Amino acid sequence: MRNYIINSIFFLSIITIIVSCQNQETIDLQNYMSNGKDIYKAKCQNCHGENGEGLGQLAPPLTDSVFLKANKTRLACFIKNGANETLVIHGKEYKEKMPAFPELADIDVAQVMVFVTNSFGNKQGFVPYTKVSKDLQNCK
Amino acid sequence: MNKITAYLATSLLAISIFTACKQERKLPFYGERHAETVKDAAGAEKIDTVYQTIPDWSFLNQDSVVTTNKATDGKIYVADFFFTSCTTICPTMHRNLMTIYNDFKTNPDVMFVSHTIDFKYDKPHVLKKYAQKLGVDGPKWQFLYGTKDSVYTLAEKNYLVAVGEDSTAKDGYIHQGYLVLIDKDRRIRGAYDGTKEDQVEQLKKDIPVLLAEYKK
Repeated sequence: MRNYIINSIFFLSIITIIVSCQNQETIDLQNYMSNGKDIYKAKCQNCHGENGEGLGQLAPPLTDSVFLKANKTRLACFIKNGANETLVIHGKEYKEKMPAFPELADIDVAQVMVFVTNSFGNKQGFVPYTKVSKDLQNCK
Repeated sequence: MNKITAYLATSLLAISIFTACKQERKLPFYGERHAETVKDAAGAEKIDTVYQTIPDWSFLNQDSVVTTNKATDGKIYVADFFFTSCTTICPTMHRNLMTIYNDFKTNPDVMFVSHTIDFKYDKPHVLKKYAQKLGVDGPKWQFLYGTKDSVYTLAEKNYLVAVGEDSTAKDGYIHQGYLVLIDKDRRIRGAYDGTKEDQVEQLKKDIPVLLAEYKK
């Protein structure tokens, strides 16, 4: 009986630890999402639109999940350094230059990136800013 | 019987009062004004208010064609000042103006005129590319290129929109995002912040009001 109680307490605490770990990531995600939304409104929305719909052929929409996934490690570079190449999004070519946002710190880039990749119909999960920092060091 | 007559009379009175009170909404006049003595058709002198008007202008449009104020004759139009490489307020302004453009696409009495303030880079072919990418085709929406002096004077003195070069600004220029509504007599009848959705909605409602003034 005693063994049984000890065992169940042990397993319960393990489960609690796992659950709370997941919770930490959920909390981080929520944090990133809410801060990222503010940054998006201030820096991105005027061209990419309130719902990520883009603007004609001038600014591409942010709703192409396939593009976002394929370019996962480059997204941070686009956000911080801008883009000056032809990008194919939803099968259409976009050639306009995207401006750089050098004023954004790594954490800001991470937050706005997590917001974009988890809004407008995208659902690509959480990326910690340490990973984004690494991506930013490898920008071409 | 008497009662019915009295009842009818009161309701008639009420109706006439209500109709008399109902005034048509009219848009205000912006800018300077002065009183002037004019002669009407019969030759009788009377005093009239003269409002500020947009003077004659002549610029190159997105097709490199010389375009003058004659293009807007007999039309009301919405004017604004922007530049193609602007990444701050212009995309929002033109995104909002696009919705109005689409609403009045088939109305021949409504026009759109966008002046670039980037006299160094926004030559007509750049404006053409911009218009196409925005999704605008045809003469209903004119994108106009002119010298710094002519455009800036027109903006500040006549459309009452502040514009300027500013090397400290992110894109090199600063300007206000007003959409200015001009009537068929070239008078300013409204100015709406093109970056604010509620003001753009108001412009959408005011265009038919202004058009109605000319229907009589």
